[in-house]
Amino acid sequence: MNGKTIIQKVKTSSVVAITILLIGIVVLFSFLSPQFLTGQNIMNVLRQVSMIGIAGCGMITVLLTGGIDLSLGAMVKFINIVCATMMVTWGMHPIVACLLGVLIATALGTVNGFLISKFNLMPFITTLCMKFVLQGLSFIITDSQPIYGLPEGFKVLGQGYVLGVPIPVILMLILIVLTGIFLNRTYVGRYFYYLGGNEEATKLSGVNTKLIRVLAYTLTGFFTGIAAIVWLSRVNSGQPATGTDFEFDVICGLVLGGVSASGGEGGILGGLIGIVAIGFLNNGMTMINLSEYHQMVVKGLVLLLAIGMDSIKIMMRNKQSKAKA
Amino acid sequence: MAGQEERIALSVRGIVKEYPGVKALDGVSIDFRHGEVHALMGENGAGKSTLIKTIAGAIQPDEGEIYVDGNKIEHMTTKLSRELGIAVIYQELMMIPALSAAENVFLGTDVKKHGLIDSKDMSRRAKEIFDQLGVDIDPASRTDRLSVAYQQMIEIARALVKNAKILIMDEPSAMLTEDEVQTMFRTVERLRESGVMIIYISHRLEEVFQISDRISIMRDGKYITTLNTKETNKPELIHYMVGRELTETFPEKDYESGSVGLEIKNFTGNGVKDISFSVRHGEILGLGGLVGAGRTELAQLIFGYVKKDAGEMYVEGKQVTVHTPKNAAALRIGLIPEDRKGQGLLLNFDLTSNVVLPSLPRISKAMFVNRKRETQMAEEQRKALLIKTPTMAQKARNLSGGNQQKVVLAKWLAAECDYLIFDEPTRGIDVGAKQEIYKLLRRLASEGKCIIMISSEMEELIGVSDRIIVLCEGKMTGELQKDEFNQDKILALASGEKGEVGA
Repeated sequence: MNGKTIIQKVKTSSVVAITILLIGIVVLFSFLSPQFLTGQNIMNVLRQVSMIGIAGCGMITVLLTGGIDLSLGAMVKFINIVCATMMVTWGMHPIVACLLGVLIATALGTVNGFLISKFNLMPFITTLCMKFVLQGLSFIITDSQPIYGLPEGFKVLGQGYVLGVPIPVILMLILIVLTGIFLNRTYVGRYFYYLGGNEEATKLSGVNTKLIRVLAYTLTGFFTGIAAIVWLSRVNSGQPATGTDFEFDVICGLVLGGVSASGGEGGILGGLIGIVAIGFLNNGMTMINLSEYHQMVVKGLVLLLAIGMDSIKIMMRNKQSKAKA
Repeated sequence: MAGQEERIALSVRGIVKEYPGVKALDGVSIDFRHGEVHALMGENGAGKSTLIKTIAGAIQPDEGEIYVDGNKIEHMTTKLSRELGIAVIYQELMMIPALSAAENVFLGTDVKKHGLIDSKDMSRRAKEIFDQLGVDIDPASRTDRLSVAYQQMIEIARALVKNAKILIMDEPSAMLTEDEVQTMFRTVERLRESGVMIIYISHRLEEVFQISDRISIMRDGKYITTLNTKETNKPELIHYMVGRELTETFPEKDYESGSVGLEIKNFTGNGVKDISFSVRHGEILGLGGLVGAGRTELAQLIFGYVKKDAGEMYVEGKQVTVHTPKNAAALRIGLIPEDRKGQGLLLNFDLTSNVVLPSLPRISKAMFVNRKRETQMAEEQRKALLIKTPTMAQKARNLSGGNQQKVVLAKWLAAECDYLIFDEPTRGIDVGAKQEIYKLLRRLASEGKCIIMISSEMEELIGVSDRIIVLCEGKMTGELQKDEFNQDKILALASGEKGEVGA
């Protein structure tokens, strides 16, 4: 009877904006490159996007609490290497290796969360340290060499299709829906929003905010683990170069999709569209033969624009309420 | 010399400063003489701080004039006041912790030789000033390793470096120990002898009598009177400070209180020392005291927001442990904090979210929130507390202060709390809405809730409470039953005078 809640309203407005942006990107690149709007290319983009989307299911919880996880890309790399090692070198069954991989990623995320929550460390620096540690370990384990010879059946996860749709895309959609339900319908999911909105008020309402903060990083680890395994299966070899700066695409997509970088606002639907937009942007830039370095410049500016708009939105709102008072 | 006596260093004439809803200063005129320590006294909200800020040029008065050494100052700014030799030592000291004592003394003053900072000269000059103040501070020591008292001395030294002629000290003793206060007084004496005029703001009667030459009293934004310290006494001062008529009406208690619901014993920690009291069902216990007396800190201990060092708590006679707000909420204790926006509300969220927040686990099954129950719960509270809003989907930020307060209360009532702690329940709320909050408090008490109310407004404290406990400097200084309520008595207890002032 109350109609839409505020969370929903904010989400709707961002969703409309990001959808327009997505259409803009698609239209622009279809003019610039004739191969861009082909069925095969779109499938290709969606497959690439699936990993960003899966990892985004975790990252969104961290962003909602007002934190950030920069270790995401390095974690993908590390889990990639560890899983490949377990399967190839130790001959472990792929399913066992995958479960262990997700478990390790979840544990690493929890370590991030524990350090940040328990010792009041800055998320930015803490996860940056984690990024360096995991990157270093990955190169040490592999001696900078790729690991080949993964079991034949394992590549189905990353490369297979069900009814013509790539399995990673299906997996992503399932996880996105589950995350959406978790964030909107369960109270623990809502706590992430409240914590990011006003930590003190949330704590003073009897919520264990420290635990919720740890949980956000734990979930990020969990989803990053899944993304890493999909990635490993898609590439079908353990590559120490995998995942570098991957977190950038995840954060960029979510923030573009209306997830506030300062916490408390945004939804997974907007985040998904934002991530798809980033996917098309990445792909389109490659299609028109823009060099990797030019792409970096563009992406840096896009994220800057996204957080800039986010910040302006907050400033305007504060001004509005001040004018009222 | 008679002339010396009369020389006016600083004079304010007919200062008016109005904020929406309050006249913070209402035609204040005071003369401050050369070479005197002039105490400025008044209750919380009397307008002392606003007056200081006006003199320092931090705020502009709506009406009135400021004269320094007989010259009218057209438009006082912070820069101009500094140039005129006015310095303010605020309660929050302005220090850069990692710098040395000498560096902090010369903060904002250049000590240069050939364009470089001459640290040797700086140390030497800092030492000279410290000697002049009669304090033994090593100019080279890091400021954050020094006690608060020494840091305060550094701030005074900084004012002297800038040739301060008028030194305004806002509650300088608030954070000092008894010994440190005496050291500070010796410094103040030396400054007076060297010709600096000092405006000394304090709540503490004891101190004011020891240090000041004259005392000006303010109340409710108005100037009341100026007295020669030697010719007055504590009861007279207190009388001038509180001497207002009680005008507002408060809802009457027309029932008997029930059994003891909440009891604390020997609560210590967070600046609070050894406090014990109990609250009965149906009773409103008022916590009186000056700002900084430790009342909010005590509430934080009870609610588990800050861990206590010692003390026991009993709910319905059973001993309980509260380590976190979560524990407290589970025992049906609710806190309505003073900082409504910062600690009470999720401003950017809808009212429903705010109201159901502590109850979420209770209205959820396997973590899934029952959305019907949620809407229902919020609607019930809207009706029960008459929260004025078109819909509970409204953002909390868009409500008036009074309605916001109701939302904070609603969240604990929805959680079926029986023990409610209100910290300054009507702060920042307009007059009409205040009455409504008073009625609500009484209604909740009559329904059997145990209520603790912290209030710095004398009228409210006396009008609403059934019993009053007064705190001073973290300690309980007295307890008054309804028939003993009396403004003079409460203020005396709040100032640390052990109830020797008669009714």
